[in-house]
Amino acid sequence: MSEQLTTVDGRPLKAALASAERTKRIRAVLLVMPLFIFIFFSFLYPIALMLYRSVENPLIAQHMPETVAVLENWDGKDIPGEEAFAALAKDLVAARETREIGKVATRLNFETPGLRSVITGSARSAGKWEPPYKEKFLDRRKEWGELATWATIKRLSPTITSVNYLAAVDRQFNVDGEVVMVGEDYRIYVDLFMRTMWMSVVVTVSCLILGFPIAYMLASLPLRHSNLLMILVLLPFWTSLLVRTTSWIVLLQTQGVLNDLMVWVGIIDNAQRIQLIFNAQGTVIAMTQILLPFMVLPLYSVMKTIPPSYLRAAESLGAHRFLAFWRIYVPNTLPGVGAGCLLVFILAIGYYITPALVGGQDGQMISNMIAFHMQKSLNWGLAAALGGILLVGVIMLYWLYNKLVGIDRLKLG
Amino acid sequence: MSQISLPDHAGPIETVWHYLYIFICCLVFLFLIAPILVIIPLSFNSEPYFTFTKEMLSLKPEAFSLRWYQDFMNKDIWQASIGNSFFIAFCSTILATTLGTIAALGLSRSEMPMKGLFMGLLISPMIVPLVITAAGIFFFYATVNDYVPLTGTYLGVILAHTVLGTPFVVITVTATLSGFDHSLTRAGAMLGADPTTVFFKIIMPLILPGVISGALFAFVTSFDEVVVVLFVASVEQQTIPRQMWAGIRESISPTILAVATILICISIVLLATVELLRRRSERLRGMSPG
Repeated sequence: MSEQLTTVDGRPLKAALASAERTKRIRAVLLVMPLFIFIFFSFLYPIALMLYRSVENPLIAQHMPETVAVLENWDGKDIPGEEAFAALAKDLVAARETREIGKVATRLNFETPGLRSVITGSARSAGKWEPPYKEKFLDRRKEWGELATWATIKRLSPTITSVNYLAAVDRQFNVDGEVVMVGEDYRIYVDLFMRTMWMSVVVTVSCLILGFPIAYMLASLPLRHSNLLMILVLLPFWTSLLVRTTSWIVLLQTQGVLNDLMVWVGIIDNAQRIQLIFNAQGTVIAMTQILLPFMVLPLYSVMKTIPPSYLRAAESLGAHRFLAFWRIYVPNTLPGVGAGCLLVFILAIGYYITPALVGGQDGQMISNMIAFHMQKSLNWGLAAALGGILLVGVIMLYWLYNKLVGIDRLKLG
Repeated sequence: MSQISLPDHAGPIETVWHYLYIFICCLVFLFLIAPILVIIPLSFNSEPYFTFTKEMLSLKPEAFSLRWYQDFMNKDIWQASIGNSFFIAFCSTILATTLGTIAALGLSRSEMPMKGLFMGLLISPMIVPLVITAAGIFFFYATVNDYVPLTGTYLGVILAHTVLGTPFVVITVTATLSGFDHSLTRAGAMLGADPTTVFFKIIMPLILPGVISGALFAFVTSFDEVVVVLFVASVEQQTIPRQMWAGIRESISPTILAVATILICISIVLLATVELLRRRSERLRGMSPG
């Protein structure tokens, strides 16, 4: 048996190597840790917190404990009895005293529009009432005689709920606890998701159509010239998003530069100026220009690696110029096309600022609805659910991008 | 000889197609750059219009003025915004560059376990839609506010902007490190330098171009960011983009065009710096100069 190899100080070489490699590994991990901890606490955990918001529902269980307890055994077939009304009166009075009644009313109102005044109104009166309560509640508001009202309270009783996600896809529970579509007038979110996807697809395709020829030109010109033209691609990339959005308003509005130009040239009459912005089309135009550099840069870096001799070889073998381009060059650019399209689509689908400023009525996207529910309607649960759906979509695309392109190969200028 | 020049044997169809192609490319470049350039002359308009007046087109001197720049200089809110923007961007750039550079050093080591996963997570703030990030941070700040006041404070905005800026630093620095010759650090260590000396004397000078361009990306990200500011900042932390956002939504005045022109000048300076750094870095690493 051969002698074991050892280091100078007598340790087996294998163990010494393993420990040295472990030290190196630990050192590498220690270098990454500060940023990872920072990102964990100020990014990953907040996002997890937001996702939790989309399913948590503590309000009703917390502020209507008695009613929730009584309704637990309610079968949902008839209006509950006096016991439930007594519990309701107690909860409403208590919630009014702690000034939480507004939140409860708002939460129920998100679920069944119209319930806000029922809750606040009854709570105001309930303090003066003596038992039995049932008749008095029914006199005060006829909604207490409807199964839907009680079903809404029961449905929101659990502290973990799926109602936000159902609402985010235009669904809700009916009185019998089945999932049904919401009323015709309230169906907005599925359409909005579809429109967001559609607009992102249009932006991505426009970016590809516009980006491909100029990326080809940049890749084929000698570096001295292409560097100059590259500045035209990079300057927009570095210019503030708000500046570019402002520019598009200035260019495209009815009294704007483009309309003035068309009137001056005589293409259109002064009276028939075209509404080019504050609609979906304006959003698509502005977003295409804003995201175009993200298409051109990956295309360019792939095209740069395709040897020009491929095309010459094809031509010398008898292929027509166009055929050689289509059969030889274009397939070689596909990795760049994939990278550019995925990147532009990922960025487009979550766009907020440009649609908010130039989108008008029909150019709004899903991010705008999330912001609306965060800031205006204060329906944070629904905002979080819409955000959760959007996030799942983006993460899937991100994963795909990482698989196909590799995130470390992302090119920045 | 470049591919797009026309060969001598080109037929009429190819000739037409060739010029058509160049024409299309010019249009696309125009589409990219015109929206930015059109703002600059309009910001000198002496009338409160967002379009070229007849006087401007005939180049009459009285049609041009600096009144919107004066307006920008005289309004306290704009002055406060520009101060805030620079302060927030500066602080978050320092933080993001430090954290990002250190992490990139670890990520580019071959011994780093689960490199792909860490890289994916650390880059994700760049990919996740801003509204979602902003909403998450808003909820997070609301829960920790009792211990550390973050909502409506400079610290809160700076930390949030640091999150958004780090991916750029990580990407640019790891890209620079990918061509890095690790025998240099070993040589340094063998000659008796401790790790700190090796870092500052050998690694830092070589990766500096990458660090600086990462820092500039982080700076621009913060300087241009409005969504997080809308969600977590108060009036006190009014920034330039926030003020422009309000200006575009409520009462659009040509002062915005003056601000936009100033911002365009800043981005030209930043772009030029990054380009110079990139070429320097390529030269240092023995690639062909541009």
